[in-house]
Amino acid sequence: MATVQDIEIPDSAARAAAIEEAQDIQGEKMVLNMGPSHPATHGVLRIVLELDGEVITKADPDVGYLHRGDEKIAENMTYTQFIPYTDRLDYLAPLANNVAYALAVEKLLGIHDNLPPRCQYIRVMCAELARISSHLLGLGAFAMDTGAVTVFLLTFTEREKIYNLAEAASGARLTTSYTRIGGLMRDVPPNWCDMVRQFLKEFAVALAEAHTLLTRNRIWVDRLRDLGVVSKEMAIDYGLSGPNLRGSGVNWDLRKNQPYLCYKDLDFDVALGSVGDCYDRYLVRMEEMKQSMRILEQCCNKIPGGAENKSKEPVNVADGKITLPSKEKVLTSMEELIHQFMLVTEGVNCPPGEVYFGHENPKGELGFYINSKGGGTPYRLKIRAPSFINLSILGELMPGAMISDVPVILGSLDFVMGESDR
Amino acid sequence: MSALESANKIKAKFGDIVAGPTEFRGEISLKISDAEKIFDVCRFAKSIGFDYLVDISSIDNYGEDPRWTVVYHLRAIGNGEEIRFKTDVSEEKSELPSVLPVWRTANWHEREIYDMMGIRFSGHPDLRRILMWEGYPFHPLRKDFPLAGKPSDLPGVAFTQVTPMEGGPFVTLPSSSDSIAREPRVRVPENAERAISDKRLVDGKLK
Repeated sequence: MATVQDIEIPDSAARAAAIEEAQDIQGEKMVLNMGPSHPATHGVLRIVLELDGEVITKADPDVGYLHRGDEKIAENMTYTQFIPYTDRLDYLAPLANNVAYALAVEKLLGIHDNLPPRCQYIRVMCAELARISSHLLGLGAFAMDTGAVTVFLLTFTEREKIYNLAEAASGARLTTSYTRIGGLMRDVPPNWCDMVRQFLKEFAVALAEAHTLLTRNRIWVDRLRDLGVVSKEMAIDYGLSGPNLRGSGVNWDLRKNQPYLCYKDLDFDVALGSVGDCYDRYLVRMEEMKQSMRILEQCCNKIPGGAENKSKEPVNVADGKITLPSKEKVLTSMEELIHQFMLVTEGVNCPPGEVYFGHENPKGELGFYINSKGGGTPYRLKIRAPSFINLSILGELMPGAMISDVPVILGSLDFVMGESDR
Repeated sequence: MSALESANKIKAKFGDIVAGPTEFRGEISLKISDAEKIFDVCRFAKSIGFDYLVDISSIDNYGEDPRWTVVYHLRAIGNGEEIRFKTDVSEEKSELPSVLPVWRTANWHEREIYDMMGIRFSGHPDLRRILMWEGYPFHPLRKDFPLAGKPSDLPGVAFTQVTPMEGGPFVTLPSSSDSIAREPRVRVPENAERAISDKRLVDGKLK
């Protein structure tokens, strides 16, 4: 609808008075609203910045624009039905979320240490592929926000290959929902390990290229170093996790400190920063990708049953009350039919009790606290979202930095709002 | 020192307000019977090494008394020990001390619990809503808050009343008609006119 508006053009005397007035308010602080749809905020993060000139004096992050009530939804469905919702938490690493959630429910069932070895290896490979994929996007977007566009094109080419791997395994590129309580949706296709090896070969080149583009790049180093410094004590106090915690030099990696799946049998190093600035966090992520490549390489060689699974190693626990029977069995055997019916309608029957399981996700520690009163539905499911907690430090980190530092600090924290807001 | 020893140490210090420790799937839990003491217990736990607050969650034991349970997950980064504190808060009180002075990460956790459950934390300097917007009248993680589309007999809750944003520009109206008719954009007047001229809209209802 068109509206008519009068524009007043004041005479010169009035304009001079206005300028005089404006000079009086100089030195006053300005409030700048960044987001919720700003390209550098990686989603719908809004930050209310209080500025003195170009220097930030106060920052108030405002989250919740992507809140979907995942915890409420979880209380109203069976454990298995919630798996697709975990895809949508950290949507840059859905495979890792699937693994984390399945392990949490399995811990409640008490079977998380007795999963079939092949299932453990495939899950580790999925989690590490997700880590590479998430770090690649984090790095590409980080570099682009800082002004280096080339890296983004490079990392996205590689991510596309990881999506191909996810598609080959689960049938979906983004919303994978690959794990099931007590196993996997299905075994990986016979040529999958070769595909992973091929990817690793190509990815090594791309990673080296990203290194040459950034690591010793004068502009990149100047913009990242000594910015957004998080000390060791501060990182622990604010509950940071993942690369952000390790970037500050805290030696804590759940894969090492509380080994789950088959991580004990795998050889890898934990990357640590020393200063805790943006550059350290960048280096930690770069090194983590390299270590993930090492893990994937070892998994490809050690996976029980080999790539083609000729010895028919199972990927699901052999418990009819937890995993679905084969369709053939359902149609021919009464017991399996009952199991199928109960699992689909009532869900996996979990014992009453409460567990917390933390998984080393690309963004940090993704934890699920499940409070069960028995039956197939959680009474309460709390998601410890690493992005949410990593963002809470912004109010402390921003003051003193310049406006142009904001995208750098945000990029170095590497968060995703789907997970933060749940 | 194992987590169990630490738990016993906490129990020895605070005596009869601490019940437990109970163990389930290798996790040690302590129940703190007096919620007012949670700050002291947490501060002591930090002094014996639990320097990392993993998470705070809350449970609505709807229909029971006390109604709320607040759950703290603690970790010692140094030796990897983990412990869980649980404390009950009655519905009339709905308040317990903030542990923000012990760990600064508690800030957003407590804001989230206030937002989602409506439990207040005394001593929290900035207890605002965090995921829902300021002025939203409900606490959605309460058990008496129904999911959208599920009818509720409980008086005075969410969908038995007009929802706060109903009729808003991007809110789909609850009705049994199909998804095209419920699409918020058809409510824009000129779209409705076009629908009438196309004979798709009859008596205010889309065909």
